[in-house]
Amino acid sequence: MDIIRNFPLFTIVLSLFSGVLCTMLKGKTAKNYTLIYEGVLIVLTACVLFYTVGNGSSFTYTMGEFPAPWGNEIRAGVLEALTALFFLVILFCSVMAGWKFLIIDIDESKINLYFTLINLMTAALMALVWTNDIFTGYVFVEIMTLTSCGIMIVREIGRTTLAAVRYMILNLLGSGLFLLGIVLLYDITGHLLMVPMRETIAGFAAEGTDMTSIMLSLGILTIGLSIKSGLFPFHFWMPDTYGWSTPTSGSILSSLVSKAYIFLLFKIYYRVIGPSVFEALPIRKIIFVLGILGMVFGSVSAMRQKNINRMVAFSSAAQIGYIYMGLGIGGIDGYAAAMFQIFAHSVTKSLLFLTTPRLSEVSGHSLLFRNLQGSGYRAKDAGLVFLLCSFSMVGIPIFAGFSAKLNFATAAAGAGSYRILFFTMIALAVSSVLNALYFIRTCIRIYTSGRGGADIYAPGLYEEANARPGSDLPSGETTVSGSEEPLFSRLDYWIPAAILTGLNLYLGLFSWQTVGLIEKGLAMFP
Amino acid sequence: MIETLLTNYEEAAAIILFGIGLTMLLFQRNLIKKLIGMNIMDTGVFLFLASMGYIEGRRAPIITDGIQDVNAYINPVPAGLVLTGIVVSVSVTAVMLSLSIRLYKRYHTLDLDDVYILSRHQTEDR
Repeated sequence: MDIIRNFPLFTIVLSLFSGVLCTMLKGKTAKNYTLIYEGVLIVLTACVLFYTVGNGSSFTYTMGEFPAPWGNEIRAGVLEALTALFFLVILFCSVMAGWKFLIIDIDESKINLYFTLINLMTAALMALVWTNDIFTGYVFVEIMTLTSCGIMIVREIGRTTLAAVRYMILNLLGSGLFLLGIVLLYDITGHLLMVPMRETIAGFAAEGTDMTSIMLSLGILTIGLSIKSGLFPFHFWMPDTYGWSTPTSGSILSSLVSKAYIFLLFKIYYRVIGPSVFEALPIRKIIFVLGILGMVFGSVSAMRQKNINRMVAFSSAAQIGYIYMGLGIGGIDGYAAAMFQIFAHSVTKSLLFLTTPRLSEVSGHSLLFRNLQGSGYRAKDAGLVFLLCSFSMVGIPIFAGFSAKLNFATAAAGAGSYRILFFTMIALAVSSVLNALYFIRTCIRIYTSGRGGADIYAPGLYEEANARPGSDLPSGETTVSGSEEPLFSRLDYWIPAAILTGLNLYLGLFSWQTVGLIEKGLAMFP
Repeated sequence: MIETLLTNYEEAAAIILFGIGLTMLLFQRNLIKKLIGMNIMDTGVFLFLASMGYIEGRRAPIITDGIQDVNAYINPVPAGLVLTGIVVSVSVTAVMLSLSIRLYKRYHTLDLDDVYILSRHQTEDR
């Protein structure tokens, strides 16, 4: 079964190849091709996961068989395989469920190019997950930045252009800092591969020399990646970016792109710096505090929104705060809780971004709360899915969000510091209450018809608003109400919704299995 | 302090360039100036890498006269990193410039503050 050792590289190369291929295909063929090849990638990654779990050890793939410290390496362990698998499943679901809106939002001649971008982004995602070399990490971070900008601006409205410019400026700032950080680390250690770097840094830590330089470079690098992933106070670009792009893009950007940066950062903390050295640095405390502030302020901002997509986007800021808080708690439990939160949040948030457009299309294509009243009755499936996702975000037992919060609490209790325990508990409590306030409020809104029925959406009321902004379709053509749609095209939404809800329940009900896998992965991570 | 800066003047210049670029990227309102800032920032990093990779008196690691001693050559990796970085920087700049063109076509200004104000008056907020 040694051929499985090649699979991680296959996932990257196949994605790059598919990106090129999609430029030559027609729109719908490109989409079908993308779905099929993503299915293949899922199978390949699942094989890697079973292989590493079965073997009980990770493996390293050396490019061109140049041994460390010279060659470029890919490394696959349980954690990488699990993360890649989750990312690919979510990508698959996003592409499938967003298709209906994609053909409205994008010019028909450009649809295949959209899939080119998606495939290149898949390559970047896979490379960031598998790579063992931080400069390769940098290159694919930039590819990810460019492709994420691309999938945002394909919907040609002024809002997305402005959002993309702001997103790019902040991301370039982040990339610049990240590049400086890794160059400084390279300067200090003389290596780019993660394992030799860690050995050198462990040597410095034992002697106590050069720790200031290491801390400085790690700090610069952390700021860079936290700008890109949207940690408080760098979260203000999120709502425009996620809220105005086409649903597939919104779902991918919120649930995969920011998580991939966090995964890379975590890898650098754990595999380059080493957990023992990292936990002694003050950076850990800073990201702990910023994570907690993000949890609270992200939710506060979310509460003030009048637009459902912006609310969901700001809630991402809060959820990313959770992940950083987990990294800040430290210890195997803390890291495992952070990783679990990455999965739990990706599964929930992607489905939320795929569901809100369904609620909006039965409400005159408006995303404003006042127009969404009663939309849960008009699009019954979307309403139900939104309700379930909200339960998960709030942290109601049996859903993934609850298990994630429970993991954080357990990790904080085991961290051995009363201060960490105190602040984590307070933050979890406050954040849960705030989450409940705005998500449950939204659920009530979509399931009530307003006072006296005056502000229920009535067909025809929003005629001028019915075309999704930026689409060239004549008005009226896009107002397919949820119930009139043929069953076959509804499967496009039902299948991904069922997969993601199933995953959500699986993470909630059988969280110990995933946590067990994550801990197994962490054990073989160094 | 000054002495350290003077001996490592290349690195000091690189970091100063990085700082100038970062400040421009953050505080300039004009999009094109922001992009210039980004390029200066990247150039700073490349200068840093290039100066680190060069050791006076040593040559590029291509064996022509049979000298196999490691100490006769410099490490080629930083130069490779600079090249990769330049490619990345060029492609990012190209994408950003095309974005600027699109922004200009829509709002007829490159001043981001003005664009932001203009975008608020749009009717897309629903």
